[in-house]
Amino acid sequence: MPTLTYRDALRAAMADEMERDESVVLLGEDIGVYGGTHLITNGLLDRFGPKRVIDTPIAEGGFVGAAIGMAMLGLRPIVEMMTWNFSFQAADQLIQNAAKIRYFSGGQVSVPLVVRGPNGGGVQLSAQHTHSLEGFYGHFPGLKVVAPATPYDVKGMMLTAIRDPNPVLFLEAGALYGTKGEVPEGDYTVPFGKVRVAREGNDVSLISYGRQVNMLLHVAEQLAEEGIDAEVIDLRSIRPFDAEGIIASVKKTHRAVVVQEQWRLFSVASEVAAIIQEQAFDDLDAPVERVSGAEVPAPYARNLERAAFPSENQISDAVRRVLYR
Amino acid sequence: MAVTTASKTTRSRPSPKSRGTKDEPTLSTKHLLELYRKMVTIRIFEEACQRAFREGKIGGYLHLYIGQEAVATGFLDYYRPGDRIITAYRDHAHALLLGADPKAVMAELFGKGTGLVKGKGGSMHLFSVDQGLMGGYGIVGGHIALGVGMAYAQAYQGQPNIVQLYFGDGAIHNGGFHEATNLSGLWGKEKLNPCLFILENNHYGMGTSVERATAMTDLGAKFDSYGIEHEKVDGMDIEAVIACAKRATERVRKSGAPYAIEVNTYRTVPHGAADFIERYRTKEEVQQWRKRDPIGLLEQKLLDHDRADEEQLAKIRDEAKAIVDEAVQFAEESPEPSLDELTTDVYVD
Repeated sequence: MPTLTYRDALRAAMADEMERDESVVLLGEDIGVYGGTHLITNGLLDRFGPKRVIDTPIAEGGFVGAAIGMAMLGLRPIVEMMTWNFSFQAADQLIQNAAKIRYFSGGQVSVPLVVRGPNGGGVQLSAQHTHSLEGFYGHFPGLKVVAPATPYDVKGMMLTAIRDPNPVLFLEAGALYGTKGEVPEGDYTVPFGKVRVAREGNDVSLISYGRQVNMLLHVAEQLAEEGIDAEVIDLRSIRPFDAEGIIASVKKTHRAVVVQEQWRLFSVASEVAAIIQEQAFDDLDAPVERVSGAEVPAPYARNLERAAFPSENQISDAVRRVLYR
Repeated sequence: MAVTTASKTTRSRPSPKSRGTKDEPTLSTKHLLELYRKMVTIRIFEEACQRAFREGKIGGYLHLYIGQEAVATGFLDYYRPGDRIITAYRDHAHALLLGADPKAVMAELFGKGTGLVKGKGGSMHLFSVDQGLMGGYGIVGGHIALGVGMAYAQAYQGQPNIVQLYFGDGAIHNGGFHEATNLSGLWGKEKLNPCLFILENNHYGMGTSVERATAMTDLGAKFDSYGIEHEKVDGMDIEAVIACAKRATERVRKSGAPYAIEVNTYRTVPHGAADFIERYRTKEEVQQWRKRDPIGLLEQKLLDHDRADEEQLAKIRDEAKAIVDEAVQFAEESPEPSLDELTTDVYVD
């Protein structure tokens, strides 16, 4: 199987689908002539032309709104958010229009839209350029919110996203664009709403998504040296939310640690912990632990930024607590 | 600053022009009577809504089109199958004019399962996609970009159609207007934006007059910033609207580029079915505009030029009333939506 970077796998999915389906168009800031700030769309303008690879002015509300209108008439736009931090400018369009039009039109309209871009922090961009928005957007019915962690998943999930007749917010792990993994050539899809068991284990369930999944795999290897056999669950999608997959793991391990970069209050980890206590209370041998970002705007200095995000030590400490070690 | 009284704020406001009905009508009698029938139906429909709202049968917000009937009636006279219409929340007239069943529209306002959108949207969210209505929207300025995107899609798909995009003067101060019209002008250069912007300037964004909302009160001129040509039209004179609509729709259809019309009109009723109407405008101002009521003006023209007699017009009004009465009765008698509908239409399966 060929090895591709997360970036190239993502581009391959979009380009392949553009070859197959003329209704797929791309919009975003500097995605064409410039090739994309993160080079995700590099080369696509030459291949597909300016009607299909549309460079936009810096006006997120405008071009996301326009993409919604295009989708309502049957195009399948993929909008690049240069980073998800800019999506607040378009939040009215995403929340008030994309998420709700299907419902308030009584089912007359669908919005087959994908909005994608890098999410999360870790590269010293400080407060306004560092957010993890899974919980924020995951709150709204009508949206689908996914966060692929591997090159294999990013291609398969992008193909699922483009073909989905609903609006999909595709939160990429920006810090992982350069990471490599095996990616099949050709057409395959990864369904939304099913967790991936990234590592099987029996003693504790480590649950996360996006770039933290890699961190959890590393922590699990270290814990194995202490004789702790950790299972790592990659949620893959936030909405739809695979409660069944989470519960199946917890029923096996009886302990759970949920890890996320975003703030703790009203977050994805809050939801995971709530579902576990609702559906697997009697199976638990310890309270569910959450390891989250510090409740501060993201700082700039390297050491402060590191301290603001979950660390491997915090995670292994939480594991020892749920194991009473 | 002290609170500005209504009388002070009216000074610099555009007043209704006192053009009479002396000029010979330019349209055929048949056409004029058809326009009269449409406008009267909207008026009687809206008055019935107002009553039902006061009786508590219609909930939520209710924004009436009374006084503005000539605008949508005129422009939608040039609707062609495949065109798309999108507007804000003052949307009942657009649905009726595009051929939505008045019974289904009224049932929607009554929150019934037989409503146009199954009781899920209410007054602000009327859709009739098969008839070209791509929705009424409740966030001021929020739907403008959608219409621009639809125009792009139509051009991209090679359809010979246009978008008629309606919005009020209140939206022109919102970023949503500026971001979207900028894209429209840009895409229009490549013939990728057959979009007709119809700015319904009724002079008030809710209770705030144009003069109290912007220092640059020539609203049509705001389109200059985005390379979109524009003109003004008297929105109380249906014949003027018709003439403008014919030219403007043909132009957009042919050019694939946007064009804008600033329509001078007036809402002779409150913003919502209930608001503090006399705090922000005077009785005298409303009275002045009522003298140029679009239905009254057309009536006068038809009578003055012997195109119709009072009896004919009364018959049209009676027929319209019967349609509206039937719609109200249908809405009253319709069942509420099934509770199973609560969770449908969130996603396409």
